[in-house]
Amino acid sequence: MSQDTHVAPATHSVDPYVDELMHVTSPAHPTEGDVTIQNYTINFGPQHPAAHGVLRLVMELDGEIIERIDPHVGLLHRGTEKLIEYKTYAQAIPYFDRLDYCSPACMEHTFVLAIEKLLDIEVPLRAQYLRVFFAELTRISNHMLNLGSHVMDVGAMTPNLWMFEIREDCYGFLERATGARMHHNYFRPGGVHQDVPLKLLTDIADWLDTRLPRLFEDAISLVADNRIFKQRNVDIATVSREDAIAWGFSGPMIRAAGIPWDLRKSQPYDVYDRMEFDVPVGTRGDCYDRFMVRVEEVRQSARIMKQCLRDMPEGPIASTDRKVVPPKRAEMKQSMEALIHHFKLYTEGYHVPAGEVYVATESPKGEFGVFLVADGSNKPYRCKIRPTAFSHLQAMDFMSRGHMLADTTAILGAMDIVFGECDR
Amino acid sequence: MRAPAPAWAADLNGETIETVRATLGAALLDAVEQVGEIALYVERTAIVDALTKLRDTPGLEYQQLMEIAGVDYPDRPERFEVVYCLLSLTRNHRLHVHVSTDDVKPVPSVTGIWPVAGWLEREVYDMYGVLFTGNADLRRILTDYGFRGHPQRKDFPLSGFVEMRYSEEAKRVIYEPVKLAQDFRNFDFQSPWEGAAYVLPGDEKGMLPEAKGAPTPLKADDIAKADAARTPTQAPRAGSEPYAKNDTSGTANTGAGERDPGNAREDKPKDSDVVPTKGGGQNQ
Repeated sequence: MSQDTHVAPATHSVDPYVDELMHVTSPAHPTEGDVTIQNYTINFGPQHPAAHGVLRLVMELDGEIIERIDPHVGLLHRGTEKLIEYKTYAQAIPYFDRLDYCSPACMEHTFVLAIEKLLDIEVPLRAQYLRVFFAELTRISNHMLNLGSHVMDVGAMTPNLWMFEIREDCYGFLERATGARMHHNYFRPGGVHQDVPLKLLTDIADWLDTRLPRLFEDAISLVADNRIFKQRNVDIATVSREDAIAWGFSGPMIRAAGIPWDLRKSQPYDVYDRMEFDVPVGTRGDCYDRFMVRVEEVRQSARIMKQCLRDMPEGPIASTDRKVVPPKRAEMKQSMEALIHHFKLYTEGYHVPAGEVYVATESPKGEFGVFLVADGSNKPYRCKIRPTAFSHLQAMDFMSRGHMLADTTAILGAMDIVFGECDR
Repeated sequence: MRAPAPAWAADLNGETIETVRATLGAALLDAVEQVGEIALYVERTAIVDALTKLRDTPGLEYQQLMEIAGVDYPDRPERFEVVYCLLSLTRNHRLHVHVSTDDVKPVPSVTGIWPVAGWLEREVYDMYGVLFTGNADLRRILTDYGFRGHPQRKDFPLSGFVEMRYSEEAKRVIYEPVKLAQDFRNFDFQSPWEGAAYVLPGDEKGMLPEAKGAPTPLKADDIAKADAARTPTQAPRAGSEPYAKNDTSGTANTGAGERDPGNAREDKPKDSDVVPTKGGGQNQ
């Protein structure tokens, strides 16, 4: 480039396009030839440790500012709803464990309640207490994973390790009760699969009194008032009450927006109406509120579990309706009728009267619902699962707009998304 | 209700149906209360108006759209049903609104009322092929990029049509038609005591006109045996006419008969577990 092209007005020496490339400006058009910055698109995931599974985000960025986010979901779609249509009701329960694999018992809870509503069978009190008890233990273990990974996403390491200790304890207890660490298949229509030993209950009671509060409060004390943690979370992705309602939020997401809505309180199922617990709400609806709502929920869950331990009666753990609940093995050795019932229930299963119900419970992530259409046969005609993640993740676009790229992980962490449930 | 299901204010069902009838008018085709839940059947073209009224009318106040579910009934003239599950936070009440459609008649989108409907409608479109007019972003959502078909339809086989594997030759993931090592087994659990749709072998005897023990007006030849078609009477293998056997040079006259052909493939019993279906056994 010769020196005089800069001094002289735009020369159009070869071509205006070449002038523009060489930053040739003229007084008449002072911005001509300036470097223009365009928005660019980056691809986040599907294999990214902060994506909490297989989430793919197509992000349009202006510098480091997020202009638009298009979440691509469905990479973990396994056709659960289709498979359930080809299975008997009892065979369908294990599929629910595999939806939200961080809170399997709560997933089973919804489906079991939906079947019970259609069958209209009674559930013994002890079974209801056991279901509430283990649903709350699952809530604690779910929140341990979410809170821990949230703080790790925004830079802290230690609390996550301590909270995984608690989560490991929860899995140990659940294994002792159900036989499986993650995929329990423990809740059954009419009750639960088997009773728990007294030693397990006393061990959990000890744990609730000593180990859980010590580890948990220690871990939270590291982050709750931490300056860096607050800088990363306070006023990030604030959601107003109106938005929370219009976008179908539920669970900690709607409570953080300031709406005291908890299905355990307003639409109690099993023995939640006998429990005394508080519903925490946020004031600003930002990521910090969502975090702190979950922190308080852990304390309230421990409170509910203690009440369960105090009030749980002795008695049967499943309905005595032999057309739904299979007999115990010892009974089968003596009674021909029990043997026939067992055979029929494990081959043909029970027939559920025709009807359509939408049953929703408060899973740790929000309202988890099942729209169950029964046609009177032994298989569901249609089992639509309402994932909590669908409405929350959809709101990711408007929540992230105007924030920095690095805030994505905080926003995503505070949403508590699990893709087994989102993609089904 | 004896089951410990979520106890929302189901005692409001009666007055809710009254209010809905008064509010929606002709757009409401039917209102049913079943298992303690209200199902409203609404005209398809009026769905946006109806849901807006359900949200905004005092005394109804369904602020939240929790779910849109598709259901497939292949026998109906309009085979698909789209179900909107609504929740009222102020009245603590739920109901579902049903709209019927087929694969060409579009349903008006409710994204203008609830933005959350965007993905929910995308899912119904993906799974059933129901079209929504007014949804600005009606892409597939859960299935694979480039997927064909709508998997939740009742006529879509459970196994799907293609399977995917990594090909060492092509050095990439390839799609192939599904090959099953064993046919999908679809057991028939319909109890014969509760009225199966087909006639079990032997049951046709019960359909004879006379009471048990009464002389039948039919001739013996008229009564078709249950398995008559399947076991044709076999011709004797050797002629039995010349009783006095005086020539033993050939087998024809000894009565020894021909050699038994042994177990031929076509004589083997078919697998009784596999009920051939419309697709010839490969699918479902």
